[in-house]
Amino acid sequence: MKLTLRIWRQTDRHQPGGYESHTLDRVSPDLSLLEALDQLNEQLISNGQRPIGFEHDCREGICGSCGFLVNGQAHGPRGATSVCQLYLREFQDGAELTLEPWRARAFPPIQDLMVDRSAFDRLIAAGGYCSTGTGQAPDGNALPVGRDQATSAFDTATCIGCGACVASCRNASASLFVAAKLAHLGQLPQGQPERSKRARSMQDRMEQEGFGSCSSNLECEAVCPQEISADWISWMHRETRS
Amino acid sequence: MSGLPDPRIPTGPIADAWRRTRESLPLISPLRKGQIDLLVVGTGLAGASAAATLAQQGYRVTVLSYHDSPRRAHSVAAQGGINAARAMAVDGDSVSRLFTDTLKGGDFRARESGCQRLAEISSGIIDQCVAQGVPFAREYGGSLATRSFGGALVSRTFYARGQTGQQLLYGAYQALMRQVELGRVRLLTRRDMLELITVDGVARGVVTRHTVTGELEVHTARAVLLCSGGYSNVYFLSTNALKSNASAIWRAHRKGALFANPCFTQIHPTCIPSGDAFQSKLTLMSESLRNDGRIWLPKQPGDQRAPADIPEQERDYFLERMYPTYGNMTPRDVASRRARELCNTGHGVGPGGRSVYLDLTDAIRTEGRDVIAARYGNLMTMYERISGDDPYRTPMRIYPAPHYTMGGLWVDYQLMSSIPGLFVLGEANYSEHGANRLGASALMQGLADGYFIAPSTVTAWLAGTPSEAVSPDHPACQEALHSTRRRIEALLGARGERPVDSFHRDLGALMIDRCGISRRAEDLRDGLARVSALEQRFSEEVRVPGEGHGPNAELEKALRVRDFFGLAQLMLRDALAREESCGAHFREEHQSAEGEAQRDDANFAHIAAWEHQDDGEPIRHGEPLQFTALQPSTRSYR
Repeated sequence: MKLTLRIWRQTDRHQPGGYESHTLDRVSPDLSLLEALDQLNEQLISNGQRPIGFEHDCREGICGSCGFLVNGQAHGPRGATSVCQLYLREFQDGAELTLEPWRARAFPPIQDLMVDRSAFDRLIAAGGYCSTGTGQAPDGNALPVGRDQATSAFDTATCIGCGACVASCRNASASLFVAAKLAHLGQLPQGQPERSKRARSMQDRMEQEGFGSCSSNLECEAVCPQEISADWISWMHRETRS
Repeated sequence: MSGLPDPRIPTGPIADAWRRTRESLPLISPLRKGQIDLLVVGTGLAGASAAATLAQQGYRVTVLSYHDSPRRAHSVAAQGGINAARAMAVDGDSVSRLFTDTLKGGDFRARESGCQRLAEISSGIIDQCVAQGVPFAREYGGSLATRSFGGALVSRTFYARGQTGQQLLYGAYQALMRQVELGRVRLLTRRDMLELITVDGVARGVVTRHTVTGELEVHTARAVLLCSGGYSNVYFLSTNALKSNASAIWRAHRKGALFANPCFTQIHPTCIPSGDAFQSKLTLMSESLRNDGRIWLPKQPGDQRAPADIPEQERDYFLERMYPTYGNMTPRDVASRRARELCNTGHGVGPGGRSVYLDLTDAIRTEGRDVIAARYGNLMTMYERISGDDPYRTPMRIYPAPHYTMGGLWVDYQLMSSIPGLFVLGEANYSEHGANRLGASALMQGLADGYFIAPSTVTAWLAGTPSEAVSPDHPACQEALHSTRRRIEALLGARGERPVDSFHRDLGALMIDRCGISRRAEDLRDGLARVSALEQRFSEEVRVPGEGHGPNAELEKALRVRDFFGLAQLMLRDALAREESCGAHFREEHQSAEGEAQRDDANFAHIAAWEHQDDGEPIRHGEPLQFTALQPSTRSYR
């Protein structure tokens, strides 16, 4: 199939960026969008041009490295998918796709489609853990955890830290990211001792890092590759009030 | 360096050898630990757990990762589960059975003392992870749930749906970030380790390149821990993440660290097969699917019918037929080899006849779609995304793919390499998995090394080896820095036209063909000549655009592929020298009448440890393996 890619190019954060169009005349519909970018990069290199910078690693939707907007949608048109799992068979022959990086104050640009998401690590450092050291653990069966409770905790723990929720929120809020971590640990007995302290410190850090407050538009939930529910944001707000 | 160091295997009965060893290791006061710098390279299960634990003990730890965040490390992709001998299912499991399964699964090419230690530690790992908030699957009553895995007849695999690696990694990552917040860990992301620094033969630091600024940096410490993962990407197409590479261990090898059994590489039987030339990786479908899925091929070679149109009596459930005891749960090497053989004789299905069916129809019929969805939901979605087929309606098509490398830097019982002060953890080392790793044992080993073993043994080494801090201005540091710069300049200066990936694809195709599931002496010799020729062409014909400063993904790849060339040749040499079949290393010249691997215990019951030579061929040393608790037997899964 034929594919035209209109891609945001920016050398580094100090230079202004702009769009650049490239056409792939023969590309297999069984390739992923990232593999199409690989193919384009080989063309660019052979022509002596700078290849397109984009983040990626596992290419199976679990590491959270990849992520950019495809025609304005984080990770592209398909639900519950990170962009490495977006295959060209989703698009029409001859389609034009616009690719641009996450745009958020807390995610400064690096190059082309790459941004700096280290703010997420600092949010976790603010309290996204159980303060237990190695060797201090009681028997794993000492505290029973009901199956439904474990499943619900797991569902919130699946967040891959890709940043799509932030990129698609008009306030560039990290509420879904923070709520997911609070809900993961807050639903398990191991997370109880630090539950309220954790909720406060992670939300304070969110503000310090330059993330906005929740816009209540639920775009975050719509683009989340792990389908984490925005109901957890309401849960987080109740958590903070109590 | 010459010869093989003492592997420091404890004497006496193996049952409590680790306890005896641990209790005899010297300690360091918490106060003094605060003045000792340590370097940890890599933030997967082994690196993150080791760094968090050493920092908790009071060391000043610097953690280096080439990712933008420690949470991206490829441990995140492990699906199926983690083994632990907790005997919860009353199915006869015990520490000694896990020990036996591990040693036997590895085809008696691992140290029994190490396997025993791993089995003993396994249970505590689960407790540790539960305390961190890892949401393991639970029974309705609230206790931890288990499932069974290939190569075992008991249910001892703990899991978090099909994302166990992700959840265990986040547990370790969060513990690490806690130490960062406490100021005990200095976390340096986007650093690619390009050289090891040794001073008077002792590991004292590394050279890194910052992948955004391009700056070369020297980091020094009292000891260095390499937790940089495996090298399956030497095959280009593998289940590994695209950045997974061998450079950290390969540079260490060139600085004197022995490389053990490089030819022990595992080909995983259940992966989504390859298609287009630009396909960049092979995606694993967890082995746990073999609990409920039945593997089959049409009896008639070249049968083009849709799977649903092939009646039951015309299907060959070949693993169930050949291995009635283990059936679809035979170990990975056996399952992979049988699939390849049948595809080679024209029984395969799909494009080019390079796949077999993994069929969940029976399980969906008996247990219901919802139960199967709850068990494997994310895998089913992933398969559908990649292949475009619905696995609930039509059998999955799978084929073996390079997955895990049992080989790695040689370490002694205390996880120290042949370079004093250089410790190697997790997949990067050669340890407990022998010639074949059992499913759900990689997570167990990575966390055993990081949480429980290295924190004791690193301390012991530091206590016995007082040393002064090394300044980054030390001649050894400057020499390492300059040689790294020269390597980068040479790559940027090459005046060719071919992109790095095209060489990597060629190398991968050569290696999977000559040194993959099945190996022959003449192919291995031919492979050696071809890889060497390809390496030569690479240095002349490659094009690495851009400059040393600023982001340059092509330069990163070129540095890695250059190291893969060296490693590939060592793998071929090792496969050629090991004149036997064992575990995942199958030499066609050494097989039984039934086509099973034929070990040669008289001549090869040893770990091959290769010593690098700057001029000339590497030297092969052998560490004999002694078996006291379990005598080598022929693996039989029939």
